[in-house]
Amino acid sequence: MSTLDSKIPQGPLADMWTKHKNEINLVNPANKRNIDVIVVGTGLAGGSAAATLAELGYNVKTFCYQDSPRRAHSIAAQGGINAAKNYQGDGDSVYRLFYDTVKGGDYRAREANVYRLAEVSANIIDQCVAQGVPFAREYGGLLDNRSFGGVLVSRTFYAKGQTGQQLLLGAYSAMNRQINRGKIKSYNRHEMLDLVIVDGKARGIIARNLVTGEIERHSAHAVVIASGGYGNVFFLSTNAMGSNVTASWKIHKKGAYFANPCFTQIHPTCIPVSGEHQSKLTLMSESLRNDGRIWVPKKLEDAKAIREGKLKPTALAEEDRDYYLERRYPSFGNLVPRDVASRAAKERCDAGFGVNATGEAVYLDFSSAIMRYGREKAVTSGIKNPTEDQVRKLGEEVIEAKYGNLFQMYEKIVDENPYKTPMKIYPAVHYTMGGIWVDYNLMTTIPGCYAAGEANFSDHGANRLGASALMQGLADGYFVLPYTIGDYLSKDIRTGEISTDLPEFEEAENHVKAQISKLINNNGTNSVDYYHKKLGKIMWNKCGMARNEQGLKEAIEEISALREDFYKNVRVPGEESGKNSELEKAMRVADFLELGELFAKDALHRNESCGGHFREEYQTEEGEALRDDENFKYVAAWEYKGEPKDAVLHKEELIYENIELKTRSYK
Amino acid sequence: MSGLLNTSIARKIAMALSGLFLIIFLTQHFVINFTSVVSPENFNEISHFMGTNALVQFLLQPVLIFGVVFHFVMGFALELKNRQARNAKYAMYKGSANASWVSRNMIISGMVVLAFLGLHFYDFWVPEMVYKYIEFNPEDPARYFPELVHKFESPVRTGIYVVSFALLALHLWHGFQSAFQTMGVNNKYTPAIKTLGKTFAVVIPFGFVFIALFHHFNQF
Amino acid sequence: MNLKLKIWRQKDADSAGKMVDYEISDVSPDMSFLEMLDVLNEDLIAKGDDPVEFDHDCREGICGACSLQINGEPHGPDRGVTTCQLHMRKFKDGDTIYIEPFRAKAFPVVKDLIVDRSSFDRIQQAGGYISVNTSGNTIDANAIPVNKHDADKAFDAATCIGCGACVAACKNASAMLFTSAKVSQFALLPQGQVEATDRVMNMVRQMDLEGFGNCTNTGACEIECPKGISLENIARMNREYLAASLKG
Repeated sequence: MSTLDSKIPQGPLADMWTKHKNEINLVNPANKRNIDVIVVGTGLAGGSAAATLAELGYNVKTFCYQDSPRRAHSIAAQGGINAAKNYQGDGDSVYRLFYDTVKGGDYRAREANVYRLAEVSANIIDQCVAQGVPFAREYGGLLDNRSFGGVLVSRTFYAKGQTGQQLLLGAYSAMNRQINRGKIKSYNRHEMLDLVIVDGKARGIIARNLVTGEIERHSAHAVVIASGGYGNVFFLSTNAMGSNVTASWKIHKKGAYFANPCFTQIHPTCIPVSGEHQSKLTLMSESLRNDGRIWVPKKLEDAKAIREGKLKPTALAEEDRDYYLERRYPSFGNLVPRDVASRAAKERCDAGFGVNATGEAVYLDFSSAIMRYGREKAVTSGIKNPTEDQVRKLGEEVIEAKYGNLFQMYEKIVDENPYKTPMKIYPAVHYTMGGIWVDYNLMTTIPGCYAAGEANFSDHGANRLGASALMQGLADGYFVLPYTIGDYLSKDIRTGEISTDLPEFEEAENHVKAQISKLINNNGTNSVDYYHKKLGKIMWNKCGMARNEQGLKEAIEEISALREDFYKNVRVPGEESGKNSELEKAMRVADFLELGELFAKDALHRNESCGGHFREEYQTEEGEALRDDENFKYVAAWEYKGEPKDAVLHKEELIYENIELKTRSYK
Repeated sequence: MSGLLNTSIARKIAMALSGLFLIIFLTQHFVINFTSVVSPENFNEISHFMGTNALVQFLLQPVLIFGVVFHFVMGFALELKNRQARNAKYAMYKGSANASWVSRNMIISGMVVLAFLGLHFYDFWVPEMVYKYIEFNPEDPARYFPELVHKFESPVRTGIYVVSFALLALHLWHGFQSAFQTMGVNNKYTPAIKTLGKTFAVVIPFGFVFIALFHHFNQF
Repeated sequence: MNLKLKIWRQKDADSAGKMVDYEISDVSPDMSFLEMLDVLNEDLIAKGDDPVEFDHDCREGICGACSLQINGEPHGPDRGVTTCQLHMRKFKDGDTIYIEPFRAKAFPVVKDLIVDRSSFDRIQQAGGYISVNTSGNTIDANAIPVNKHDADKAFDAATCIGCGACVAACKNASAMLFTSAKVSQFALLPQGQVEATDRVMNMVRQMDLEGFGNCTNTGACEIECPKGISLENIARMNREYLAASLKG
């Protein structure tokens, strides 16, 4: 039944990419000048792709909804970027990074893509340093590394807690150089609202100028979608307020298959929700789990007293605390992968042990780390018989040097001092492994339409490892797409400029205008956020950290009904022309309302638990995920057929020739 | 040298250089004036030298006048340009929250100092020029001290003098270290420069004030 | 708590704008400032009015999209935070809050509280980069050792989020802190030396063309900068500029 050709090159894994690069067609420099490429999204993937394509000589147009490419949400990534440089001499290699990524993704990623990712990872660091990205360094002047997320080597490069920012500014500076040369035209405050297909090939987009409200036609020989993930389908997530699925969803509706939509990463350490007004969740870096111990009270009555404010966590005796990760996973303890840590927190809170007013929070406690570091510091400072207060003070200084900015951020938001009282954390939606299906060349099922970065599904399987998102975005943009797109464009050297007067553009434009006009003139009663929040609640409760058949079936019904209600009763104030943020939101939420249903459908069909997808029916006796390799070792790619419920499943079987499939165990 | 004087930073640097030049001038002016308190004879001697030496009169004096005029003209020009950079005003602007009054109002302290300089020229420089180059009076090496003392007879003039120097103190309080920042000096010596600048801003202007009050209350 | 808001409303770049009074009740101290505006907007939509437009995106203080002059200060009265990280517990019941767009000739108003900061992009396009192509064959990252002290300082300069608070706070609407942060990042790294002369000249020229004011060293920018970018960077840019103009 499969119509999917992943175009994986033949031959041994290690030589595949080199061989492929040698064999694909190239476009000569003079011809590149006559070829236009549209890049939608200017984060790490889009920004780096745009810059590199422009360097090569193509005429690039970039589109982003923000007022500047520099504000894309890649900027918020904190921890770091992985690369198999083996600078620490601790046994890292391309193969080990490849292996860790496939295993971390619970064996639902494509081997060839992941190997290529690991292979080019080292180039990324070289490239970024050459661009002036100020990575952290050691006193000898060489680059520093840290370990991350439960792997056994130190391969994460970082720039304090702002690695994403520094990498994005690097890509943005490369873009700026090309803008200055006239090779990139940057359309900021523009949102792509449809893909234009001419003779079966992607030939342009329809975009709305978010300042004037004008609907614009833009043509090109190829279109790259690098518009990020769809975590905002949950309303509350660590994504930016404007992050959306619209560009991906529009191409899906025009023929691009959407793969594994239910693979969503829920990050364990976020600041809990404080109330109904909450608009966004804030991540606290995973690095905190290196020193923080996660616990809830052992007794239900203590948890209740804490929730009611009658008991302080610091007053609870050691034997009355349940360090549940250390209890359940003695070998990895607090450093289990993200999906495992998140589920364990949910399990405790569902059982009634949550520690804030909403009952959805657990403690991340630094007091034992503070005392441990304090005692070490006292010894190295030559203080004999230090008092408890002295030790605590010294320890707090060590913790401040390591995590000062995160502690400060926590205190600003929560108004509690995390040095004195344990932090409260709870999992939150963070990253989406699923996305547009692409082949080895990053081309979608629409010829000439590519997807890169978080927008595609390719490299992380069912769970992404920490510090791998930045790596994938830049690998796709700097080192993969610019080569593979040439193979396709080599057939377009005689095409000439694509006219925007073609009937296909006209039709797409009219379609967009009709949708906008319908929303503006709807005159309903409920705001866009009303629907977005409702959708978010359904998604979180029924498609969140744990899912079951009944809940998913309900979710499908509820989302479908909500969508119907949306089109009847949504109120979008203002006009079609000019800046209208409510209209922008409405267009995005309309797409989330469709994606959400496909998400639930995908989760319902996948009768197994793997990575971020946990089906309650499929777990071991100890409550661990139970994968079903026999029946579900495939990528589920969905074809749009009018309504999300009618989507047709296409399977890409995953073949593991270089890695042995194992059950992940962190016990 | 293409960047000189046609960009914002070049103009800033020119402002800083002329300011530093005026600071040097102010220092020597103070030293000479201060001798009037210690020894009228020395004061007369130095004033006579300054008033009759060709190098001072025909080279340093024009340079000084150029420096003064340049600093003021550039100051006004920059202020005008800076005002244009914010064409719509805030309904509420809390400048005091993030910057000192002195640093935000250099134009006011500067204008007061300018007005005072007008008076100062009228009081000392114009009569001096008339005395020497228009009426061609014979040089009297002992005339300077009595002239000086005479000027501080009036309590009004002395009062204006005191107020003007207070404003000059404010101008220097910000201007001294600001000139160094503009010249690109911001390093481990910056705290020392700031202290020096603030000391200078207090000592020199109030030294002038002291001289004025000294003579005012010691009329013979 | 209950608050009185005075908010700048302006239909588009060509229309005149004015301050409009609003009242908002039941504001929770745990809300962020932008969540308070969300609540106001929900009220306005329910009443059939146009919501207040303001820029925002990441809501975690890193994208630099949110702006707002709050009670006369960019990003409000708290220090070291952007508007999205400012919480309502910094205000008292019954307070009147002035909310205005960042004001500068080089930041024209787009609508209500949204301003056009593309002048910042153009300054960066004039030279805020190192001219190196993506090849996959650049020299190994560790072939260029960088003094840790310089690398840390370059990082500190590079943490600028381009929000424009420096311009909004400056009485002269000067963009020196922003421009100098970018110039400094590259001036401190060996990779940035090759183009140093052209970079500072071109970026300063563009900064002037955009119509920003001059720096008079009041230091307001440094105080209001949510990322604590230091005035040292301005001094460094002045040095770089002086050296470049004497050389070129």
